[in-house]
Amino acid sequence: MIANLSRRGLLGGIAAGGLVLGLGLPRAQAQPKAFGADGMPNGWRDDPKLFVAIAEDGIVTVTCHRQEMGQGVRTSIPMVVAEELEADWAKIRVTQAPGDEGRFGNQDTDGSRSLRHFFTPMRHVGAAARTMLEQAAAKQWGVPVGEVQASNHAVQHKPSGRSLGFGELAKAAAELPVPDRATLRLKDPANFRLIGRDTVGLLDNRDITTGRAIYGIDARIEGMLHAVVARPPVFGGKVTSFDAAEAMKVPGVVKVVAIDPPAIPSEFQPLGGIAVIARNSWAAMQGRDRLKITWDDGPHAAYSSDTYRAGLEAAVRQPAKVVRNAGDVDQAMGSAAKRVEAEYYIPHLAQTPLEPPAALVRIANGQCEAWACTQAPQATRTRLAERLKIPEEKVTVHVTLLGGGFGRKSKPDYVLEAGLCSQAMDGAPVKLTWTREDDLHHGYYHTVSVERIEAGLDAGGKPVAWLHRSAAPTIGSIFAPDPKHELPLELGMGLVNTPFPIPNIRIENPEAVAHARIGWFRSVSNIPHAFAIQSFVAELAHAAGRDPKDYLLELIGPPRVVDPTSLGDAWNHGEDPQRYPIDTGRLRRVVETAAQGIGWGRAMPAGSGLGIAGHYSFVSYVAVAVEVKVDDRGALSFPRVDIAIDCGPQVNPERIRSQMEGAVVMGVGLATSAEVTFKDGRVQQNNFDAYELTRIDTAPREIRVHLLPSADYGQPLGGVGEPGLPPVAPAIANAVFAASGKRIRQLPIRDQLTT
Amino acid sequence: MTTLIVNGTERRFEGDPDMPLLWFLRDELGLTGTKFGCGQALCGACTVHVDGTAVRACQTPVSAIEGAKVTTIEGLSPDGEHPVQVAWRALNVAQCGYCQTGQIMQAASLLKDIPNPSDDDIDTAMSGNLCRCGTYPRIRAAIKQAAKGGQP
Repeated sequence: MIANLSRRGLLGGIAAGGLVLGLGLPRAQAQPKAFGADGMPNGWRDDPKLFVAIAEDGIVTVTCHRQEMGQGVRTSIPMVVAEELEADWAKIRVTQAPGDEGRFGNQDTDGSRSLRHFFTPMRHVGAAARTMLEQAAAKQWGVPVGEVQASNHAVQHKPSGRSLGFGELAKAAAELPVPDRATLRLKDPANFRLIGRDTVGLLDNRDITTGRAIYGIDARIEGMLHAVVARPPVFGGKVTSFDAAEAMKVPGVVKVVAIDPPAIPSEFQPLGGIAVIARNSWAAMQGRDRLKITWDDGPHAAYSSDTYRAGLEAAVRQPAKVVRNAGDVDQAMGSAAKRVEAEYYIPHLAQTPLEPPAALVRIANGQCEAWACTQAPQATRTRLAERLKIPEEKVTVHVTLLGGGFGRKSKPDYVLEAGLCSQAMDGAPVKLTWTREDDLHHGYYHTVSVERIEAGLDAGGKPVAWLHRSAAPTIGSIFAPDPKHELPLELGMGLVNTPFPIPNIRIENPEAVAHARIGWFRSVSNIPHAFAIQSFVAELAHAAGRDPKDYLLELIGPPRVVDPTSLGDAWNHGEDPQRYPIDTGRLRRVVETAAQGIGWGRAMPAGSGLGIAGHYSFVSYVAVAVEVKVDDRGALSFPRVDIAIDCGPQVNPERIRSQMEGAVVMGVGLATSAEVTFKDGRVQQNNFDAYELTRIDTAPREIRVHLLPSADYGQPLGGVGEPGLPPVAPAIANAVFAASGKRIRQLPIRDQLTT
Repeated sequence: MTTLIVNGTERRFEGDPDMPLLWFLRDELGLTGTKFGCGQALCGACTVHVDGTAVRACQTPVSAIEGAKVTTIEGLSPDGEHPVQVAWRALNVAQCGYCQTGQIMQAASLLKDIPNPSDDDIDTAMSGNLCRCGTYPRIRAAIKQAAKGGQP
């Protein structure tokens, strides 16, 4: 059977290549194409009895089935429920669902779609629960239900002045049947008190600020052991022999266990190696340091970033597989008044959530329990069951808070490692922790790519021909024998679906072999595609002697609605192209808003400059305008950034702003300093000294977020967690050019301005 | 054997004297509010106060601070109402929250030394604390708000 493995409909893309994988997730084949939440494994649920519990003291506990990793979902989902429930926010609590998609619907927290897919179901949850409370009150009073109304955590009967609190009604309401969703009365958005407003703080605020918040790495149970793993330094390598005698001498070390290397493609399976299990983390690490292991490095021992880059560059200079073609590029290029070409290099990145991968597993009485910081609790459960050979119904995955995810924690290899260690200890609880070195050396890396774009301009400087070749190893390589080409979901991340109305356009995708595990990193392939395209547009503006913002707006063209399938994008982030077309008017508006915010066109002192970029991803529209300063020694700083997002209707604007602020900071990091490089198959960066992230002194001093208003809650929601990131790096590169005349064509910038 | 005063309580440790304070706090005492982020004093997630000074617990061997008074996030204030904690909540600083206990401990130390820090003071004191979610603008604002007694 071919399963749609949740994340971005991935295997749908691979299956098109004729590969069959049994992933054990219950999704039938040969259905009509479903979109949005309907298209996700196990779809959605809106049963109030699953998601809402009201205690007799009136406390309302909302079950959040999406995972919290900083995007605010544990506050935003309860906001939606509380709004329709007419609950008092002070009486709202949140609890986290275990991994169980059969009960809760899809739980894969990725792709910027928790609210996009669950806004309506969660409104139904709240409205159904409110209706049941109203029915219970009407029944108790013996009055028609139409005469009662819930507000402020109670149900009132205005004619008689009677009132009953939610707590008083909870028991009777819970015994009523759940009303048909077609009969539910949803609130008029004009009356929203919570949704779209900045009235509430984070539900986890107090726990976070007092150290009581529990992440995967913090899970503890009685008698727990601690483990770390020595993994093959090269992907695909394995242990030839090992000697654990010295490791076993470390006080506290209790066992050393070999973990088998995975079959390739390895998907979410552990990389294999030698686990050291001890009484505490420190002893486990000391023991690991004393292991003597001989490795067989396997087929990727020659992987080196510099030679690999040369290969990608050679590939993009040759004709390659055409993934979109309109008009006659060769003919138009030949007769263009001017030709411009450029190549861009975007390196591997590591997600490095500040909480490294970690999980606790125990197996007792045939039951396996895991406590894990996972974005994909159902996949974690299924893979644990398979790997430990325990029936899935006897596997429970408790989801903790995630200390950042960014795509890394969509892959539960670390939870499986913890499970194997527990199994090796006859089921004793084992907490397995990755060190930062482990995280950098054994990750699922953001792809590495070379993007080559060539344009032919007419006499007025307008592009009449556009040829883009994008070469990057694919995420598909972890799921199937390396397809060597970008999947539809990667092509649809700002490569083929760029909506510029250029008459002759051809997009090609050369082969690129994966030599490391490639995985999702916040906003994924949008990063290289947006960097190249939005940098190149500014290069064209310069060649044409035009203002880059005006030129970008002209290239986007007049406001119009574009069917993404007409651009060769059948994926469209999993959404219905009719419901979620590309609206170039919205893209124009965010560009104009960011430009206005930064004061585009103002006179800049020497060494300062403004840059802008706009990008459509995760069915949202974002533009970033950056002010940079390049001092006479080439040091780069960011006095101000303006970021504008149109994500359609907004549930929690406060969290949307925080996501945009965070995207800007992360974007500064990948633009200026972050890079993972390989030599002899090994990652060269060990920790945060070499893998440099943005710090408070290198972050922009001021970030101003502009939310494009949308009061029409009948319109579909866009994504928020990821789309802020792609336009940041090209806006920075464009600003650097304005400030210094230096065109950045490879990331990170690092010392390019000092030489 | 090493003896420490942790959040006002005497604690003894008879294990490896080289064990970093971080793992003593987390694994032996169950004080998991102090976080592991890098193990090399590069990220600040493990920041605690030792005799009133902010230090990185991951690079502080237990034996090196015999007799010291250690304050962790759990002991920063009896009720979670330290001005820095209050400001952090008022401005919804946290995203994932993982680094924030270390940020709060570092910020509390900064404000003890410099009650009204400038932007440069904040940069200097806080640049050892990484936040992968990118909450720096709010961290800066929250420190200033805490310095002004909670006034925005």
